[in-house]
Formats: sequence, structure tokens, C-alpha cells
Amino acid sequence: MTATLSVTGLHTHFFTRAGVVKAVDGVDFQIAPGEVMGLVGESGSGKSITGFSIMGLIDDPGRIVSGSIRLKGEELVGASDEAMRAIRGNRIAMIFQDPMMTLNPVLRIDTQMVEAIRAHERVPKRDALARARDALGMVGIPAPEERLRAYPHQLSGGMRQRVAIAIAFLNEPDLIIADEPTTALDVTIQSQIIHEAQSLCKRTGTALVWITHDLAVVAGIADRIAVMYAGRIVEAGGIDAVIDTPLHPYTVGLLGSVPTSNRRGERLTQIPGMPPNVLNLPEGCAFRERCPRAAAACHAQPPIAEPRAGQVVRCFHPHGQEASR
Amino acid sequence: MTDGTLPIPKAQSPFRRFASEFFESWIARVALFTLLAIIVLALAAPWITPQDPYDLAQVDVLDGRLSPGSEAFAGYTMWLGSDGAGRDLYSAILYGLRISLAVGVASGVIALIIGSLIGLFAAYAGGRIETIIMRLVDLQLSFPAALTALILVAILGKGIDKIIIALVLVQWAYYARTVRGSALVERRKEYIEAATCLGLSHGRIVMRHIMPNCLAPLIVVGTVQTAHAIALEATLSFLGVGLPQTEPSLGVLIANGYEYMLSGRYWISVFPGLALLLTIVSINLVGDRLRDVLNPRLSK
Repeated sequence: MTATLSVTGLHTHFFTRAGVVKAVDGVDFQIAPGEVMGLVGESGSGKSITGFSIMGLIDDPGRIVSGSIRLKGEELVGASDEAMRAIRGNRIAMIFQDPMMTLNPVLRIDTQMVEAIRAHERVPKRDALARARDALGMVGIPAPEERLRAYPHQLSGGMRQRVAIAIAFLNEPDLIIADEPTTALDVTIQSQIIHEAQSLCKRTGTALVWITHDLAVVAGIADRIAVMYAGRIVEAGGIDAVIDTPLHPYTVGLLGSVPTSNRRGERLTQIPGMPPNVLNLPEGCAFRERCPRAAAACHAQPPIAEPRAGQVVRCFHPHGQEASR
Repeated sequence: MTDGTLPIPKAQSPFRRFASEFFESWIARVALFTLLAIIVLALAAPWITPQDPYDLAQVDVLDGRLSPGSEAFAGYTMWLGSDGAGRDLYSAILYGLRISLAVGVASGVIALIIGSLIGLFAAYAGGRIETIIMRLVDLQLSFPAALTALILVAILGKGIDKIIIALVLVQWAYYARTVRGSALVERRKEYIEAATCLGLSHGRIVMRHIMPNCLAPLIVVGTVQTAHAIALEATLSFLGVGLPQTEPSLGVLIANGYEYMLSGRYWISVFPGLALLLTIVSINLVGDRLRDVLNPRLSK
């Protein structure tokens, strides 16, 4: 099966006055149709910039320096503005973090949905409206007919995020990039939205990149997970493998800092130190200053290793591989 | 789903809410009423005035400089007196208001359209294009409006159309700067990014998504600038470079009476002046109230 999206060696750098910010510095991953991949990392790890690179929406002073992004085999890096515009919203859609901000306050829901359809297809307005109504019904919005005529301020946050998801699925895209879509919602709505998005993806064969910093959310939705740190993917693999037997010390640290019900009364472990300054990243492993397993070897860039089938890691001293130490 | 069964709250329509807030202030009520009265009087001028001041056959020089309340040769009472040419001032003021309002509104609307298109384009294009356009705006605004208009009218010549062209050229920059300011803010908002992610065309994003969100400041500036245009036209006419004597606007009427001021015939200048003052003040008060209501930061 050909991958829906394959990203190889992606480098997106920002050329600021203070220096070059290597926001994304060598990212590789692939997603199959219908697959959900969680892209996890803390703020500034480059996960959102990866998403925007795929959309071709990197603004000055940023630039995709090298690498390749292929959508069903079609190269997107270096594609013309016109070609990218035809792809955006049609073959790749995006869902944003804050549903309060992503709908235009002065336009009704139906206007915004119909124009999303008609930007890519010549359909009569009535058909477009019918499709919009179906899409709203699909994401679990009751009385879609009524909601179509509402303005965004008349809907709740969860409703609006459902509308945003409906808009993303409108043109049956190959890929949806969701940039922390549940962060701004309360927990009960979160789980509904996650469930909704997941089942839609399975049904339509749409691949989904779910960008988040919340491991619990990822565990609930993703098939695979990629952990980013300072512009690189430090560990990737099947969701169960990575959560149950993490290899990279950073992943271990992340998982250790998530409260769970079976470790009551214990102190949560925390990762010491602060994320590195992306302006001048040290040579070698970016995590070594905070890493309990760091050694002299870490001053060189660790290669990608696959100690277990289907689970890759960028570390000289991965967990569970004590013999090789 | 708990939120499923709740109907959408029947919100007051945005316009109704806006109107009720607008009328909370008695000053705004009075100003709007005055403005509407002035507009109605100006529009109805041909039917409610005893004399057509543009029709030379109806103007009698023998009626010249009559004091308020005198009877004209033709038999009607000149409640506001007459000017040096024998024009009934009441009629002349209403006809003059027609011209002043028409010039103000026409130049305001044209400048608003041109200026906001330029401002939107600058904000959306960004980079060097924006810099060039905005420096041009700065250059334009660094000259006093009256001076620029004076020079333009001197070059273009007399006539309503030329006055309007001059006023548009003077005023587009205000609109461009206002729109560019709010468009820059809107452009950074997430729903514009979302619209980009939908693959909408640039024209659609600018006109359907950015522009409507910039309307509030535009309405306020438009109101105030219209008052400004009326004052500017009066200034030009007063200085003798605006409209011809045969089509007296308020400025021309004031200029006509100016030479009689010291001889005690105050009415020739004062009544047109009052009409001009009332018009401009009421427009400005309406504009101020619009700004208060449309600016969420000022509302309680």
C-alpha cells in the first residue's frame, strides 16, 4: 500500500536576525491511508512547524531548506502557489487549536462551508448546502439544518470545533492535519471529538496527523506515535509499543510525568532542566543536557536505530537495551 | 449529547442591538434627528422654498440685502433675509445644503472605496508594495488637506465634478491608513489562516473574510471624513476657488455676505454659517457615537 504522506529529511529553518532557528531539523515519517499518527512534543519542539510545512504555509523568514514531502507520490516541496492552493482544503485539510478563532465571526456557518466546497469544485449552491448539512450530521451535530444558519458566536466551543472538523472533512481529503484540536476544549467534549475524528478517519480512509502535547489524548486516538524533541523525531513506533516500552530517555521522562491512577501518592518524576534554545542547538543529541543516561558519545548526533521491529529511536543508550551500554 | 436539544438562542439581530445601544445617548438622538432633518429639508428644497436661487428669472436684484422678515417684491416673506444678489437666503441655504451634502457624500464614498481597496491590498500584499503605498499615504497626510485641495482645484478648475475629484484625492489616504491598520490585525487572526488552509483564492480571502471585519472603523472614519469634506468644500468655495457664483454652496453664500458683515447686515453670512455648523456638528456627533458603540474596548 502506498503511503498517503511520506516526509523524508524535512528541514524547515527560520532565518531571523538573531540567527538561524532550526525549527524542524530532519524529520522523516510516513502515514498510510486511514492511519492516525500522533505527533507529540513540548512547545517549540517543531511539531506545528512540521504541520505547516506540509501545508506549504511557512511564511518569511522561514523556509523549507531541504527534504521532501510527498502526498500520494506527488512532491509538495517547491510546488507552485497555485498548485498548493488547489491541494489545501481539498486534499489536505487542517484543524486548528482554538475553535473560537478559526471560524470567521462575520460569516454564517453555511457561507463558510459552501465556500470551502466551491473553492475546489463547481457545484450548484444547493448541492453544496446539502453536502454541508450532511457533513455537520456526520460529526454529530444535532439539527444541522438550524446550525447551518447560525453565526459562530451562537455555538459553543465544542460545537465550533465539530464544525471545523466537518469543514476539514467536506472535500474528503487524503490527509488531515489537526494541530492540538482539543487543547482548548474541556475534557468531556475532548473525548467526544476524539472519538468522532477517529471513526471518521476509519470510515473515509483519511490519514490523520494529530499534533499534541498531551500523551493521554494520543494514547486514545493514534495508531502510531512520533515523539519530537528540538526539531527531530527522537522516537517513533506503534502506540502500544512506545507507551508500554519506551526506548528514548525523553519518552520515558514524558511518560513518567503523566499522572496515572495506579501510582497514587507517589511523586511524579520530572525531566530536569529546560528545553534547549533552538537558536543555537548544541552539536549532537539535543537532549543530552537533561538526560540521565548521557555519556561522552552523546556529543555526536545519534543515528536512527531500530532495536525493536517497528519502533525506531535516535539514541545511543535506549532503555531496554542495557546490554549494549 | 446534552447540548443537542437546546435551541439556538434567538439572539437580537446585530443591527437591533447596535441601534438600541446607539440611541442610549440623548446627544446622539438629537444629532441624528438634526442630521436627518437637514437631509430631508435639503432633498425637499425645490418643493418647500419660495424661490429657485439658480433660476435668474426668479432672482430680483431689487430684493438685495433685505433684512430677515422683509417681504420680497414677488410677495413672499424672506424669513432669513436676502443676499446682495437678491436671493432669498432660506431658499439659497437649502439649495446650498443640497450641494454641500452631495459633494461631501459623493467624495466620501468614492474615497472610501478607493482608499480601502488600496489599504486592503497593501496590508495583504505586505513587503515592499506595502511600504511604498504606506509611505505615499504618509507623504499625502503630511500636507494640510486644505492646502492640497487648494492646489488641486487651482489645477483642475471650478465645478462640482472637479471639487469631488480634488476631495477624493485629498481623502483616500485616511481610509487607506485606517483599513490597512485593521486589516493587518485581521490578517494575523487564525480564521484567515484557516481560510488559507481551505484553499480559497486571495481575492475571496480579502473581500469576504478580511474586509467585513474592518468595516467598523471604516464606518466611523467615513462619517467624520464626510463632515470634513463638507467643511473643506465650504472652505474652497469661501476662498473663491470652489463652486461658481451661479451655483451657490454654503461656502459661496458665506463669502458673499462676508463684505457686508461690518455694515450690520450680519444675516447674509451668519445664517448659511449656522447651517454649515449644524450640519458638520451633527455629523461629527453621530460619528463619535458610532465610534463609541462600534469600539468594544469603550463599551461598558
